[in-house]
Amino acid sequence: MTDKVRADGARRAGKSRRAALAALGAAVTLAAATACGGGGGGTAGAQGGGFRQEPQKNDGPLTVWVDSTRLAAAQLYQKQHPAVKMDIVTYDGDANGSNYLQTKVSLFNRTRKGWPDVVFSSQNNEASWAVPAGFTAPLNKGLIPQSTLDGWAHGANDPCTVNGTVYCLRNDLSQTVLWYNAGLMKKWGYKVPATWEDYRALGEKVATEHPGYIVGSAGDAFTPEIYMWASKCGANQITGPKAVTVDTMSANCTRMAALLDTLIKNHTMSMSSVFSSDFDKNQAGRILMLPGPSWFGGALFQGTFKTPAGQIAVAPMPQWSGDPTPTVGNVGGGTWLLSAHSAHLKAGVDFLTWVTTANDYQGKLAPGYPANAAAAKTWLENQASSHYYAGDITGPLQTAAGQVWSGWGYGQFSQEAIWAATVTTGVTAGKTIVSLLPAWQNAITNYARSDGYKVGR
Amino acid sequence: MSASSSAGGGRVRRLSWPGRAGHGFVAPYVVLLIAFGLVPTIYAIYFAFTDASERFAGLSNFATAATDFRFLPAVGHVALYLLIWLVSLVVLVVGLALLLHGLAARAADRALRFLYYIPGALAGAASAMVWLFMLDPTVSPVGFLLRASGLGTFGQVIAPGHLPILLAVIAFWTGAGGWIVVMYGALNNISADVLEAARIDGAGPWQIARHIQLPLLRKWIVYMVILSFAAGTQLFVEPQLLSQASNGVAGRDYSLNQLSYDFAFQNDNVGSAAAISVELLVVGLVVAGLFVARSGFFDAD
Repeated sequence: MTDKVRADGARRAGKSRRAALAALGAAVTLAAATACGGGGGGTAGAQGGGFRQEPQKNDGPLTVWVDSTRLAAAQLYQKQHPAVKMDIVTYDGDANGSNYLQTKVSLFNRTRKGWPDVVFSSQNNEASWAVPAGFTAPLNKGLIPQSTLDGWAHGANDPCTVNGTVYCLRNDLSQTVLWYNAGLMKKWGYKVPATWEDYRALGEKVATEHPGYIVGSAGDAFTPEIYMWASKCGANQITGPKAVTVDTMSANCTRMAALLDTLIKNHTMSMSSVFSSDFDKNQAGRILMLPGPSWFGGALFQGTFKTPAGQIAVAPMPQWSGDPTPTVGNVGGGTWLLSAHSAHLKAGVDFLTWVTTANDYQGKLAPGYPANAAAAKTWLENQASSHYYAGDITGPLQTAAGQVWSGWGYGQFSQEAIWAATVTTGVTAGKTIVSLLPAWQNAITNYARSDGYKVGR
Repeated sequence: MSASSSAGGGRVRRLSWPGRAGHGFVAPYVVLLIAFGLVPTIYAIYFAFTDASERFAGLSNFATAATDFRFLPAVGHVALYLLIWLVSLVVLVVGLALLLHGLAARAADRALRFLYYIPGALAGAASAMVWLFMLDPTVSPVGFLLRASGLGTFGQVIAPGHLPILLAVIAFWTGAGGWIVVMYGALNNISADVLEAARIDGAGPWQIARHIQLPLLRKWIVYMVILSFAAGTQLFVEPQLLSQASNGVAGRDYSLNQLSYDFAFQNDNVGSAAAISVELLVVGLVVAGLFVARSGFFDAD
């Protein structure tokens, strides 16, 4: 009897469990449907500035996301504008392609709330996903006057521009130059190379005359942006919002790859990341030359390596002899984005304009070369008056700012991560970069396709 | 109708079934299981079979995931990692537990048990961070070992071919301690009479382990393998942190869960991300089912 009751009960429980499960499933489905449907029938916003705006509010804080380096900027703005209510949040700044911002925005897009009003990103390719995701507000359609936008260095806002519309503002430029140790150059009687041919010859000379010293580093994920970009290598020609042309086997690429191979082989080209403990310990004190972006000066020599003042100088990036158009590469250069979902657009625009142009921050405090030309002038004067560098850095940096090769685009896929996983690992395993160019081509093609790009050659 | 019948049934149960307190204890867990286990699972299944505009998509999300250029390599990585990890887990955990049990009643035994367990107290991400230091020859306390084996830089240590072993070592270091303690407990459950009888019959430690302790541990080993298999297929934190620490040199798109994460947050394709997690769920269930069926896991003694 007991047995029968128990069996019966179990069957009944089983049935109700199934029913409950089904009900639960239905409820979840329904919740999902309503959650996602909410966007379509949402509050009707005003049309202005070239996009559909949320109803604007006068109260409530302006939410600003910055990385730890840019925290000083937000804090200074708050100090100078005590009337503005601000909620300053620090995050990783999307450094090293962490995708934190994209991850969060895609979650906010699902929940239809939570977006920050203004975001700083240390990456310059955010527009590639943030525009299709509907996150960034167009800035040159009424929000920011064209006269203000004209104040940026030539091409500085290219990474922010999609079909003529500016979707973010460039914080700093990262044009590459040739950093070198002026004292050593003089002591050893070397001439600063103006061409890549001379650069290679000097590298070979250093290998025999002063082994242990380096003329460059190719161990970082941004190596292609220093060398390949400057060499006009067409590995990353973004030709449309979802189209890219990849050709890593052209002469422009192989000539630079062969140069790197030669110098890696004779150990004058380091294969350690300039930020690694290995580099800091073994190579930072033996740098003769180091091609790299404008921020190497402050962030690396002054900040990380603590190189004494009066040693480091800047020369223009070497060029291939006979090349009539000098070009340089570019490593990063952060961007500021304004949320299209912001209910504080006016306050957001005020902050955005201040933080990218104000001399108080960009001219005097910012660690990197400001993208805004007027601020850059003040910044350069400040650098010169600090007497840290040997000789004038203004000329080479200013010239390089306008020479960033425009054939290298800003796609959604990370060229840095692709290079690191494909080429860096191969070189570590003893292969040459020239022999890895087809694998590099293949990897770029694969990642571009997986992000929905049409890939041509 | 169901209310009245269950009320009636309740009275019968109250008399015949004294386990009501047990249900009370389990209830909070059931609530959490539904909220954080079942509901997300159903949500994932729903996503896996719908497209971006919430329409039924058949198996197209699964096809997108399976034809992605990262999918097959990721399957290979996880399979190799699982093989190395599970074999080393079973052999070393059981071996160490037997040795530990052999030491019984000595002070060393208690100290060792504690020592084995310590790494397990670190959360997954924290322990991976510890290993990032261990693996960098410049700062590692065992840097001399790495250099002696010809690995002078972090880049050489984390070469792609080394990853399955490195990840298995990290996972073993963080996870095995808990299992050693569990196995030790299971060994303590074996009746002393049985062991003494074996000894009187002339069995040495090896024969006791082979013919008495191992067969009696079998269910615990199966239990360990099922849970570890499920955890191992979910490999994510270790390669993800490694990839960030090495700026993408090693560990990017390494495991299936990383691929799922990339689908969701880089390629904006939640459907395919969910499809991969559903596949992992199915694989985990099938393997667990096989092990349970073949080992008679739920058979009463």
